[in-house]
Amino acid sequence: MYPASFDYQKADSVDQAIAALAANPDLKLIAGGHSLLPAMKLRLAQPPALLDIWGIQEMKGIQRDGDWFVVGAMTTHAEVLRSDLPLFPEVAGWVGDPMVRNRGTIGGSLAHADPSADYPAAALALGVQFVIRGPDGERTVDADDMFVGMFESAVRSGELLTHIRIPATIQASAYEKFRHPASHYAVVGLAVARHADGTVRAAYTGAAERAHRLPALEAAVNGSQAIPTGLVDAGDLLGDRFASAEYRAHLVDVLAARAIERLG
Amino acid sequence: MSDTRTEKYFGQALKRKEDPRFITGTGNYTDDIVIPGMLHAAMVRSPYAHAKISGINTDSVTGLPGVVKVLTGQDVADAGLGSIPVGWLLPDLKTPAHPAIALTEANHVGDIVAVVIAETRAQAEDAAAALEVDYEALPAVSTAGAAIADGAPLVHDDVPGNVAFNFEIGDEAATSEAFRGAARRVSVKLKNHRLVANPIEPRSSLAQFTPASGEYLLYTTSQNPHIHRLILAAFVMSIPEHKLRVISPDVGGGFGTKIFQYQEEVIVLLAARLLGRAVKWTARRSEAFVSDAQGRDHETEAELALSDDGLILGFRVNTLANLGAYQTLFAPAVPTYLYATLLNGVYRIPAIHARVTGVMTNTVPVDAYRGAGRPEATYLIERIVDMAAHELNMDPAELRRKNFIGPDEFPYQTPVALVYDSGDYEPALDKAMTMMNYPALREEQARMKGQGKILGVGLISFLEACGLAPSALVGQLGAQAGQWESSLVRVHPTGKVELYTGSHSHGQGHETAFPQIAADELQIPIEDIDLIHGDTGRMPYGWGTYGSRSAAVGGSALKVALQKITTKMKKIAAHLLEASPDDIEHEDGVFRIKGAPEKSKTFFDIALMAHLAHNYPQDLEPGLEATAFYDPKNFVYPFGTHIAVVEIDTDTGHVKLRNYGCVDDCGPLINPLIAEGQVHGGIAQGMGQALLEDAAYDEDGNFLAGTYMEYAMPRADDVPTFQIGHTVTPSPHNPLGVKGIGEAGTIASTAAVANAVMDALWHECGIAHLDMPYTAEKVWKAIRDARSQLQAADD
Ligand SMILES: Cc1cc2nc3c(=O)[nH]c(=O)nc-3n(C[C@H](O)[C@H](O)[C@H](O)COP(=O)(O)OP(=O)(O)OC[C@H]3O[C@@H](n4cnc5c(N)ncnc54)[C@H](O)[C@@H]3O)c2cc1C
Repeated sequence: MYPASFDYQKADSVDQAIAALAANPDLKLIAGGHSLLPAMKLRLAQPPALLDIWGIQEMKGIQRDGDWFVVGAMTTHAEVLRSDLPLFPEVAGWVGDPMVRNRGTIGGSLAHADPSADYPAAALALGVQFVIRGPDGERTVDADDMFVGMFESAVRSGELLTHIRIPATIQASAYEKFRHPASHYAVVGLAVARHADGTVRAAYTGAAERAHRLPALEAAVNGSQAIPTGLVDAGDLLGDRFASAEYRAHLVDVLAARAIERLG
Repeated sequence: MSDTRTEKYFGQALKRKEDPRFITGTGNYTDDIVIPGMLHAAMVRSPYAHAKISGINTDSVTGLPGVVKVLTGQDVADAGLGSIPVGWLLPDLKTPAHPAIALTEANHVGDIVAVVIAETRAQAEDAAAALEVDYEALPAVSTAGAAIADGAPLVHDDVPGNVAFNFEIGDEAATSEAFRGAARRVSVKLKNHRLVANPIEPRSSLAQFTPASGEYLLYTTSQNPHIHRLILAAFVMSIPEHKLRVISPDVGGGFGTKIFQYQEEVIVLLAARLLGRAVKWTARRSEAFVSDAQGRDHETEAELALSDDGLILGFRVNTLANLGAYQTLFAPAVPTYLYATLLNGVYRIPAIHARVTGVMTNTVPVDAYRGAGRPEATYLIERIVDMAAHELNMDPAELRRKNFIGPDEFPYQTPVALVYDSGDYEPALDKAMTMMNYPALREEQARMKGQGKILGVGLISFLEACGLAPSALVGQLGAQAGQWESSLVRVHPTGKVELYTGSHSHGQGHETAFPQIAADELQIPIEDIDLIHGDTGRMPYGWGTYGSRSAAVGGSALKVALQKITTKMKKIAAHLLEASPDDIEHEDGVFRIKGAPEKSKTFFDIALMAHLAHNYPQDLEPGLEATAFYDPKNFVYPFGTHIAVVEIDTDTGHVKLRNYGCVDDCGPLINPLIAEGQVHGGIAQGMGQALLEDAAYDEDGNFLAGTYMEYAMPRADDVPTFQIGHTVTPSPHNPLGVKGIGEAGTIASTAAVANAVMDALWHECGIAHLDMPYTAEKVWKAIRDARSQLQAADD
């Protein structure tokens, strides 16, 4: 309920934010605050200073750019839910509750790389691209390189995730989620998408230290073979009081079959 | 008796008068109250389940911004404050000292070892986080079973073997005899796991001391401010009761956990006296998880003896009740007089014997939580009766029907002390089965067998004893409190009426239901009546709200006080109308002479005259107010049948509560809307235990479920639309005929949902019993293992 005390400042533009970060390495970005503030209230995170990027207009909203949608990182889950994006609206419907969705942002979630978050599976299955700005300019990171480890994304300190590019040519997609009974985060979340060329990409979140692609599933579906079980090795997964690694591995199989069936 | 009463207000589903202020955020909760100059307290809580406090470096925070004072256990000892008392004593009960701040040893995660008081809440929290405390970790124990094992670490040196009490009830020899002759025996070993109550409003206390008068004022989140006053004044602070005023303003839910007198209340009172300024403390949610008394936590072995054709012959029970690190107010009573005495259920059981061992562990104290003992008893007996039905290959409804106590057998003396005063169990069973279309559910279950989704039907018939309670009886059983209730009715010269009650509303809708009773008795519009409660300065005596006692005991006290008022008003009317009081009738809000309806006086005329006393009977006191103290003659015994239907996804083990129907008999309903709300919340809370909630500790007493990321509360989408019905069997002994409904949903639904899950697993693959909560992996594994065993047996 009471975070440790901290300083607070706001940025109105990406340039301003980058400059502020360069000037003060202690600054921690705050977007919707719906991952950061709970951690601060429990004093698990005690950043000395926050830089609020919520008000940066150039990081809000969804635009079409040819075969891509360009989504501002400060676009809320609620806006994503109501949008024409592929797969993301369905996934956004699984994130928290209306209050969380009205405040939490797509960029905040993806930069945060919570191992139980929903979006990372969708990002991998869709093959989205992350537009990241830092003191040295802009770079684009493929989804496959974005999720590095537990709570660790390719966004480095001093950098800002400004936009997410999502292919607009997806033919079909589905997300299956098994929720943790308390947190409602993903015990396993499984995303599949059929791309313009007909190939299917698949990924899971929740079960491991970060979201991963599912090569065994993709190979089977793209090779028109029956879907095998044992798609992931329990040895690579996390386990807790509610769901062991063995159970999560089983859930990956179950949800994969369900998601592929929905793909038609 | 029909379902509806003819009175104008009693029986009407009026919308709750208190709700507009709650839903518009204009309620007045303890934490909303500000006293000028008020300081804030933050608790420093032990991160260890068991540790010696070897040093507290108060200097580590003295310079920090806003810090005014650090209190330790030594300050409590120096002030000569008493231990937090236990209010229900059993023979040979061992009650370890429970100081407001631990002095030498912390005994559970969350035990208070120091308190920082500062100018602002944030400053107090910062300093509390910075305070240096040296601990020497001691071996700890968290389960009752582990705590009574040889060589287990001792929680308190003065509680040998960690056993606080041994309790026994029933006839052991007769029960053994019943088992000797029985053709069938069914046994179960089960755990009724621990829960956190989770009222939406965290506990909060604000104390003020006035040196000039020596008076204390305490605002606190209490279900029973008068009990708080009694205990804090007489047992802890050693001050006269009238020097302490306790106000329990709007309270956002209690569920039992706000009955007890807690450490923090003593701390703010002491701090206010020492510092001469008001001091407030409000729990953070994460503090609530480790400081609100928790519920349940039994380990039980039980055995049921039956004849071949399903007549129950005997029941024996051995329960270890985990009491946690200290005993709070009602702790010893919950697993004994509110549990073991209920083990007879609704059945004709010739012989019962039960042993209960109360065990201390290094966990948060356990005390009454919605239902308090009765859900544990209901779960045990209804689980084992279902297991018996499965083993005897009988329909669970028919086995129950066969063993019900008949309507002509009341009053019914059970082998475990209680005398049931009334009941008629079969109509509730029949009504519930019709409502839920039970035969169709069984057909659907058969169709779904072996599929990816399987169905389970859980049926339970239950009874509870509530409306606590005849004072003489509970006194014999060890209660250190009376259990009557008191009410005061004050009629103002304008004819407006204030009702006062010692009951307390923290979600039960008293401000609507009590005026409904009064409006009928006084025959005036309900808008002219207000209920006042929760302030010992305005209502002198009472015992509060728990054990579903408000309507049956508090409502009855009100009824008696109202009758005193109308009797007096008739005397005044008789004088004004120059008639005898016997000739006065009170109808449609006016007092008339029987047979001469043209001569009448209104309620207002008489109220005014009672205060003016201008034209007044000589032998009558002026004024118009009456107090009543009502002591119930027995408990009340609500009963009913609940049916839960679950669907289990066998691929994931996920259990979905698909349908839920119940027929409760709580006597006549004062306000059906409020009663239904109580049942809804109760069912959700009970299903929470069956499917979701688990206040888990590891072996070393670390609490594993201290946030909502880990502790699964039921949400709206976890429950279906409930189907609710009633039968009405009035209580024969209170003036309203009402029984309790506040806890029934919780008492019944845990067992109903658990039985539904086990019914599915029994029909699918022969699993006799699994412990709650039925989390997905547990269910999935059980189905997988049982199916592969069946497969192996087939091969
Ligand atoms: C009750 C509740 C339930 C929830 N349930 C779910 C759920 O079911 N599934 C789910 O996936 N999530 C869930 N969440 C998390 C929610 O989706 C968060 O909104 C999201 O994870 C973080 O987004 P944010 O905008 O709130 O980020 P913040 O909390 O503000 O920031 C999170 C982290 O990302 C960094 N960051 C933020 N934006 C950027 C950026 N543009 N560039 C670089 N770094 C940045 C911050 O510095 C911080 O470290 C839940 C949250 C709550 C409170």
